[in-house]
Amino acid sequence: MMESNQETLFQQKVDAEQKIEPKDWMPAEYRKNLIRQISQHGHSEIVGMLPEGNWITRAPSLRRKTVLLAKVQDEAGHGLYLYSAAETLGIGRDELVDQLLSGKAKYSSIFNYPTITWADMGAVGWLVDGAAIMNQVMLCRTSYGPYARAMVRICKEESFHQRQGYEIMNVLSHGSPEQKAMAQDALDRWWWPSLMMFGPSDKDSPHSVQSMKWKIKRQSNDELRQIFIDRTVQQAEVLGLKIPDPKLKWNEGTQHYDWGEIDWAEFFDVIKGNGPCNKERLTARQKAHADGAWVREAALAYAEKKAKKKAA
Amino acid sequence: MTQQEALFRYAVRMGDNSLVLGHRLSEWCGHGPQLEEDIAQANIALDLIGQARNYLTYAGEVEAKGRSEDDLAYLRTDRDYLNVLLTELPKGDYAQTIARSFLFDAFHLPLQQALTTSNDERLKGIAEKAVKEVTYHLRHSSEWLIRFGDGTEESHNRAQAALDDLWRYTGELFISDEAEELLAKAGIAPQLDGIKKEWSATVDRVLNEATLKRPADGWMASGGKKGVHTEHIGPMLAEMQTLQRTYPGAEW
Repeated sequence: MMESNQETLFQQKVDAEQKIEPKDWMPAEYRKNLIRQISQHGHSEIVGMLPEGNWITRAPSLRRKTVLLAKVQDEAGHGLYLYSAAETLGIGRDELVDQLLSGKAKYSSIFNYPTITWADMGAVGWLVDGAAIMNQVMLCRTSYGPYARAMVRICKEESFHQRQGYEIMNVLSHGSPEQKAMAQDALDRWWWPSLMMFGPSDKDSPHSVQSMKWKIKRQSNDELRQIFIDRTVQQAEVLGLKIPDPKLKWNEGTQHYDWGEIDWAEFFDVIKGNGPCNKERLTARQKAHADGAWVREAALAYAEKKAKKKAA
Repeated sequence: MTQQEALFRYAVRMGDNSLVLGHRLSEWCGHGPQLEEDIAQANIALDLIGQARNYLTYAGEVEAKGRSEDDLAYLRTDRDYLNVLLTELPKGDYAQTIARSFLFDAFHLPLQQALTTSNDERLKGIAEKAVKEVTYHLRHSSEWLIRFGDGTEESHNRAQAALDDLWRYTGELFISDEAEELLAKAGIAPQLDGIKKEWSATVDRVLNEATLKRPADGWMASGGKKGVHTEHIGPMLAEMQTLQRTYPGAEW
């Protein structure tokens, strides 16, 4: 069959909301785009374990410690599902890991911000997971079957993550004056980076148009960002916390909040590697990988010995 | 020592063993040698911290002075922590983590199994759940120790060095104190010499399969069960207790 015919059939399938499966024909660019997106998403889960892992040993109660540890463990699990989904597109896990460790692959820039107080565990759950969920709910309907199915599982756990984050904020914002200040400070620091998580504005988003046509993405960056803002402003009011945006105002005409301007210079700077923790995050992953090399080699050597014995 | 005092001490010790080891294992989260191990160690840490919560809650009730699980975990100093020294040692490399877990799990499993026939209903109930968890812990640590011992030369050497280092902390596991003797007479806690036999058999079986040598018994460290610890637990508790100590009385 001619390539152009295949491409037409592929697009018809996507338009008819049929899922694309690993063995189906797909345009090379679709495959490449998906590998990039799924692996970035997987890397984000893995690197995302670090800022929260930072507080596991300092969680202020045994219940909080349990919930936080379970949450970070979920993230490792999400990383595994996503790497597996990427593998169905013909890339191996070793290659995926190498791309992360060499700095070739990106991960969500939000994890390059430091978690400096306990309230950051609340803000990360509430805002960062809250923003991630917006994207992930959309991806449950993405055109590539294995990715969509991984997202369904992930979304169930993510909504629990967001609730636990909000609950931490709720306790702090109704606690002592020091705790309330801690909560407000965390919101002040995490608000704008969370809005950046939706990516560049639609007019500046290089991958968006094609991704929408292929139904990898189903809603634009700006649409999702607006829904997130509308929802989160109301939640902040319940907490009695102030969103750090003087231009934030309800607009009767649009039935949405108007809001200020993202510092795009900061956004692109952090992507380029100039964020507060870019170096720390990558170094931590490189160290874990290097320190674990002998462990993985031992497991492999043992498995090979066993297999030989069985064959003999 | 009254039976109530003995029971308090015992529940605290069981809770501290699980809490301190769970804390050490949780330090691996995000830094493990492969993703599957991050998940496995987090699972084990979660089991242990769950057990600690059960024991410390019960200890607070036995003591009847209104102390909660968090009061006991976060507001005691190291001199009041009663865990065995083995559990508080730094996580070290992955061979040290696995060897420590193995030596503890091989003790913990028969102990929990024995507690399922305790005359104390609460200890019995906690043990019934813990046996399932600790069975998995021992399987996990045994399998890795065997992989290391019979894997590469490097992994073998690291595992043997870890065992040689840790061996001196195993004697304390089996030294009964007054509380344990009192509870053993009342059929509440097991005699530790029976546990030692089972531990020793597990150690021989697994080390043999792992082609590792059982270290010779020499001088043994002890003191944790009386609250006299290594230098390692102080910084660990300082880290763990930082928020509770910095903001006294705050709810989290």
